[in-house]
Amino acid sequence: MTTATTGRSAAGVTGTAHTRVEGRDKVTGAARYAAEIPFAELAHGWLVLSTVARGRVRALDTDTVLAMPGVLTVLTHHNAPRVDTDFVGMMGVPPDPGTALFQHDRVPHRGWPVALVVAETSEQAREAAETLVVHYDEEPHDVAFSAGREAEAYPVDGHMPAVVEKGDLDRELAASAVVVDAEYTTPEEHHNPMEPHAATARWEGGRLEVVDSNQGTHWVAGDLANLFSLDPGAVRVRSEHVGGGFGSKGVRAHQVAAVMAATVLHRPVRVVMTRRQMFSLAGYRSPTAQRVRLGADPDGRLRALEHRSLNQTSTVHEFVEPSAAAGRSMYAADAHHTVSRLVRLDVPTPTWMRAPGEAPGSFALESALDELAEKCGVDPIDLRLRNEPAVGPVSGLPFAGRNLVACFREGARRFGWAERDPRPGVRREGRWLLGTGTAAASFPAMAMPSTASVTAEADGTFTVRINAADIGTGARTALTLIAADALDVPTDRVLVRIGDSDLGPAMVAGGSAGTRSWAWAVTAAAEELRRGLAPGADIPPQGITVRSDTTEAVGALAQKERHSFGAQFAEVAVDPATGEIRVRRMLGVFAAGRIVNPLTARNQLVGGMIWGLSMALHEEAVRDPASGGVYGADLAGYHVAAHADVPHVEADWVDDPDPDDPVGIKGIGEVGIVGAAAAIANAVWHATGVRHRDLPIRPDRILSAGGDA
Amino acid sequence: MASSTSSDLTLSVNGEKYTLTVDHRTTLLDALRERLDLTGTKKGCDQGQCGACTVLVDGRRSVACLQLAVAAEGHEITTVEGVADGDRLHPVQQAFLDLDGFQCGYCTPGQICSAVAVIEEHAAGWPSAATADLRPEAGPPPLTPEEIRERMSGNLCRCGAYVSIVQAVARAAEANGAAAWGSSATTAPMTSPARSRCSTATRTPASWAAARTWST
Repeated sequence: MTTATTGRSAAGVTGTAHTRVEGRDKVTGAARYAAEIPFAELAHGWLVLSTVARGRVRALDTDTVLAMPGVLTVLTHHNAPRVDTDFVGMMGVPPDPGTALFQHDRVPHRGWPVALVVAETSEQAREAAETLVVHYDEEPHDVAFSAGREAEAYPVDGHMPAVVEKGDLDRELAASAVVVDAEYTTPEEHHNPMEPHAATARWEGGRLEVVDSNQGTHWVAGDLANLFSLDPGAVRVRSEHVGGGFGSKGVRAHQVAAVMAATVLHRPVRVVMTRRQMFSLAGYRSPTAQRVRLGADPDGRLRALEHRSLNQTSTVHEFVEPSAAAGRSMYAADAHHTVSRLVRLDVPTPTWMRAPGEAPGSFALESALDELAEKCGVDPIDLRLRNEPAVGPVSGLPFAGRNLVACFREGARRFGWAERDPRPGVRREGRWLLGTGTAAASFPAMAMPSTASVTAEADGTFTVRINAADIGTGARTALTLIAADALDVPTDRVLVRIGDSDLGPAMVAGGSAGTRSWAWAVTAAAEELRRGLAPGADIPPQGITVRSDTTEAVGALAQKERHSFGAQFAEVAVDPATGEIRVRRMLGVFAAGRIVNPLTARNQLVGGMIWGLSMALHEEAVRDPASGGVYGADLAGYHVAAHADVPHVEADWVDDPDPDDPVGIKGIGEVGIVGAAAAIANAVWHATGVRHRDLPIRPDRILSAGGDA
Repeated sequence: MASSTSSDLTLSVNGEKYTLTVDHRTTLLDALRERLDLTGTKKGCDQGQCGACTVLVDGRRSVACLQLAVAAEGHEITTVEGVADGDRLHPVQQAFLDLDGFQCGYCTPGQICSAVAVIEEHAAGWPSAATADLRPEAGPPPLTPEEIRERMSGNLCRCGAYVSIVQAVARAAEANGAAAWGSSATTAPMTSPARSRCSTATRTPASWAAARTWST
């Protein structure tokens, strides 16, 4: 037995900079990711993907492959274990049929898994997979997404309602002195976390164990239990270090393939996606075609706001990119109509990707507002301030904190906005035309039920168990700070364990709601433990444990407009002779709740802004109408911002604690990307005098647009 | 045992000798990760596009996914596991840790190996595409943020930790200039390239402070 001590930590550590608790492991190479955990008798699986975009698998020449050195099995729709897809998972939707591998002969898109080759070594598996000949009955396919597909489109409620309408749009547009009516497009974008999806599955003592790289082990374990008709307690999924996710690391083909092979072979099997396979197996952000109509009085006050968005989905699953929803909480207008629709094509199913809806939607809406500011002769920041709503523009609900104005004021001061000459195309510096732009950002602030436990250990330390996922967000460190404060002990006495479905149900790392949801549960358990732990109390050898479940508390949150906000600023230089665009500086000022760890939070917000830069100028997956696949499906063909593309990017915040959250957190994972691409596009207009409404703003688009140069 | 499809070889990694039999198709990256259990070197794309597998081969940056293990015999290979001096982190590692030069950590070993070599390459007088004055008498360029960004551009970071990575490399370069770091293979003097214009002096990135203050 040991005696409890809770030596007071002076002023609390939440809100102070703290290096990552696993940082040393990450800079020395000691941190092991999913494909790096050793297993005895490990076999290697390699997925074989369809080379046609639509049709049926007629035959597979598996005999040839089975005779190759080291090959253990080839799983296809002829011999793979059956799975059950008739369930609704943790995300509230049925599973994407793309995860129900090898259940039938139909091919709904190019890059659809048709076989898994398993061999003793990865070299053998890869060669055998590349040798496998698959015969198809090919059918004509259609992958041509464009605004012209509107006639076939239909609205679907995703994680937001598809259609929200208030007021008489036609009447308000007719009464408007100034109208902006513009179409915008964003391309297909891919998450491309640096760590490819990887899973190892094995059966151990009657339980299915999966070591995986994912954004929520409770989610993945639950879906695997449902798919394979197992008791939820019979599945354990671990995911300690995750090399990025951005929405792509949920339930995917690699886990299901690994489980099938481990089940058939009675030994551990690892399946890792190749970078190229990720372009058809890991999900992606749909291309969007958007139309925005704004009607305003001469001073810029909005009478009408209409935002229509179209995205693609597969023929087997509906996924909505709710781009039109971005404006529902942003600006007051007498008539307010927003609708997100989708069209089905022979393509893989898109999925959540950092700020789903808000990222592409804010590009269109915040560009349109800049166009309105130009037409009205009003400063773009003043225009936004004039349309600040007192309550939710459509919902009428009060805001749980809306510090957008403070973000713009502070950002404008630091960026030097007051000295800006509003005229476009008039600033030259050698071969460069210079311009600056701004845009607003917002993202919902959510909390989801989670469970946690905190144990006072006999040695005087505390163990926090929370099934969180640290995909690079710094969640493990943030939760350490929060637990230390709630327990009133120094951080070095707190050990936070995450990434293991045996730790119990908890929110995934997603929706900018991970750290908030987990912190709530950790705080609840830690505070109760501290209250019950009298100073000097004896701690038994097994420790004293308190558990929490925030289902009730989170469910009791009053209905409000709950969002993070931000103001984005960018300066660009455009060479009209070559079309080259260089972003010179970016500044984002955010109102995103209480900031738990400024060191990691700044990094994450800046990272989001760099995603916006990358979206504005680089990222574009082009689908080949002939093959149905993505041209150059790799990191040479799909450009993400590299070091040399990224200038000094700065993120900061205004004081904005959420009064309804025990820690004051809102969430910072996604708001950083929102509006960033629009700020850059608006800066390109300011530099050149030409509006670019199609992303990415490639050099050829600068050149073909001409301009004032 | 060697066969028509495999060979016996000895790899020299982080100062240790490893004798093993490898499939001729095995890359240096897979040999490190799958055979030697040196999983610090990461596989991001397996085709030379992301830099996550950057290691030092005879002190020079190299992507381990684009070379076969059988071709690595006879060379001294340094991975992220061999960069530190025992428990004492290399200044590049320490700066990445202190300045949060990463998020998910997956590109980090490659960034760190790259940065170690960048500082050496710069000190040895190698110019980059960002070097404005290429005249021999100009001496080594200041290691500005632009120089660091250009020289580090083979290492992608999807989390977008570039700003703090550049700060970390600058800080480590200062440390390197102030006090000669260690004596491990990673920092052994490189053979000066033919175009080398200067010996070992590393200049403090003078423009860095200016670049950081624009919005304060």
